[in-house]
Amino acid sequence: MHPTRDQRLWMYRQMVTSRYLEERIETLYMEGKTPVFNMAKGPIPGEMHLSNGQEPCAAGVCAHLGPEDIVTATHRPHHIAVAKGVDLDAMVAEIFGKATGLAGGRGGHMHLFDERVNFSCSGIIGEGLGPAVGAALSRKMQGKSGVAVAFMGEGAANQGAFHEALNLAAVWQLPVVFVIEDNAWGISVAKQASTAVPRNDSRAAAYGMPGMHVADNDVDGVFAAAGEAIARARDGQGPSLIEIETARLAGHFMGDGEDYRPEGEKAGLEARDPIPRYRRALLEAGLLDAAADAGLVDEAHERVEAAIRFAQDSDFLPAEAALDAVFV
Amino acid sequence: MTTTSTGTRKLTIARAMAEATAQAMREDPTVFVMGEDVGPLGGVFGNTRGLHEEFGSDRVRDTPISETAFIGAAVGAASDGMRPIVELMFVDFFGVCMDAIYNLMAKNTYFSGGRVKVPMVLMTSTGGGYSDAGQHSQCLYATFAHLPGMKVVVPSNAHDAKGLMTAAIRDDNPVVFMYHKALQGMGWLGTEKGATVPVPEEAYSVEIGKAAVAREGRDLTLVSLGAGVHHCLRAAKALEAEGFDAEVVDLRSLVPLDRETVRASVAKTGRLIVVDEDYHSFGVSGEIIASVVEHDHRLKAAPARVAYPDIPIPFAPTMEQWALPDADKIVAAFHQMLRNH
Repeated sequence: MHPTRDQRLWMYRQMVTSRYLEERIETLYMEGKTPVFNMAKGPIPGEMHLSNGQEPCAAGVCAHLGPEDIVTATHRPHHIAVAKGVDLDAMVAEIFGKATGLAGGRGGHMHLFDERVNFSCSGIIGEGLGPAVGAALSRKMQGKSGVAVAFMGEGAANQGAFHEALNLAAVWQLPVVFVIEDNAWGISVAKQASTAVPRNDSRAAAYGMPGMHVADNDVDGVFAAAGEAIARARDGQGPSLIEIETARLAGHFMGDGEDYRPEGEKAGLEARDPIPRYRRALLEAGLLDAAADAGLVDEAHERVEAAIRFAQDSDFLPAEAALDAVFV
Repeated sequence: MTTTSTGTRKLTIARAMAEATAQAMREDPTVFVMGEDVGPLGGVFGNTRGLHEEFGSDRVRDTPISETAFIGAAVGAASDGMRPIVELMFVDFFGVCMDAIYNLMAKNTYFSGGRVKVPMVLMTSTGGGYSDAGQHSQCLYATFAHLPGMKVVVPSNAHDAKGLMTAAIRDDNPVVFMYHKALQGMGWLGTEKGATVPVPEEAYSVEIGKAAVAREGRDLTLVSLGAGVHHCLRAAKALEAEGFDAEVVDLRSLVPLDRETVRASVAKTGRLIVVDEDYHSFGVSGEIIASVVEHDHRLKAAPARVAYPDIPIPFAPTMEQWALPDADKIVAAFHQMLRNH
């Protein structure tokens, strides 16, 4: 399955937007945290997990999804939220903890819910898989269209929740796709030190579902694999598993010294940064020229800047609003 | 089946739960049941009996023994417009799936600022007394009630079980429905006769968060829930023979907790004993006593509690029965209270 010109430009735009958002968050996050790093300080306190480098996973999968389709994402959710069409103003405001945020500041960057586009994420490894299976069950039982996609890191494939969710989805032949973003690191522990098999897509065989592998963080490759899996789900042929070889260009979280990385690894990953690679590919294919690229990039940057201004200009909820929304 | 309410038809809690569920499923196609052995078997504790025959395998789903997956799936289905009723066969099994319960089911509404609803019922069996030892006999009421974001109900009789089940299914929030095995009306578990009471045939709700005064009295307030209510009623009868008039408050819900009914009763009687089959420390008994004394400490006697000792539940009947709350222990606690004051 090959992406059209429009689909390729759409994926490029999502990746550029997401990357710029992360770069701006990185700068804003460090405000108030120098010279002494204190996670509680600055306009964006708390943990921050940036998705730099993993954009192809989000763009290549979400190119096949509409607002009615369900996505559950991880503690590292921004690239997926952007590609799924989460309201960017409300998302950034939530990252700042503001009243205009998706949850009025109750959730923060690991707990983004936008029911208008059926997006959610959560902070614990493997946690989104069960809910994705259940949303797929809901669609099947109600006879409604829509597939569910559960994103996870490669570390999640060692969680019990992964194996339980794949089994249940397969037993009930549900329209769900499991997408593993393999960035090779579970915080500081390398995949080969934690995972009994070299590739998690081989684990699909244990549940009688197709397993696919995408090498080299290739967004067009992600598009092809995801297109096949999502088409199968829409056609009532049940679940699939995809593992994507991607790259975490930042630390596990902001403040991570990354001393565990082998010498030269990061430089190598940066040299293979998927966004400049895709830009070159689009230029070479004649789908983009320098002027169009500059326009697209400017537009993406302005969209991010507008969301940041919106967040910065918003107020916090009164503190006692903490007591609201426990129940509906 | 006749639709008139005669007020005399008695049901077990198991039958009452199944009836409430069937009536909800008839009126609302989004209601469905899933869990281990809820299908043709009708539930290990009888509470889904007849549902599979009427509604079929799509809406009454036997699951793999895979609580993390199917409770997580219930959260996802509830957030997508369904109203799942999901069973955790024994509450003791929460250890394998608590993340789906307290980090997803109970928090998704808050973390969405109230925009994502999670209208699901998690029904689960509690309680011991039949030598099933410490992994199949716990109550764990406080464990669930402690964690914000989920309502918790504990019926003591079939009337309340049906009404609370109907209310739980209709609620837009997650509700944990904890039913005590000794009240289910399953012969092989021994059955508390007092739990089998007249149940109206039509659907009705019992308000979640509202306690009931199961017996009125002037001299002492006994507060309990589930099977403990029946121990209290027996103790009240024994005390009546001694010339004391005990009031019995059946909490029915732990979240929200009806502190007003408890306080009003203790304001009248001046004496309080809390009876709880859950563990003694950090639990329901401490919470009830604190709720009273932080409001009004002018009692006739220091409050007391009859609760499960802080030990894993033992197998041997001699040890288990020694540890369980019962009417004799409640009467003894009252005698001790009189001696102290």
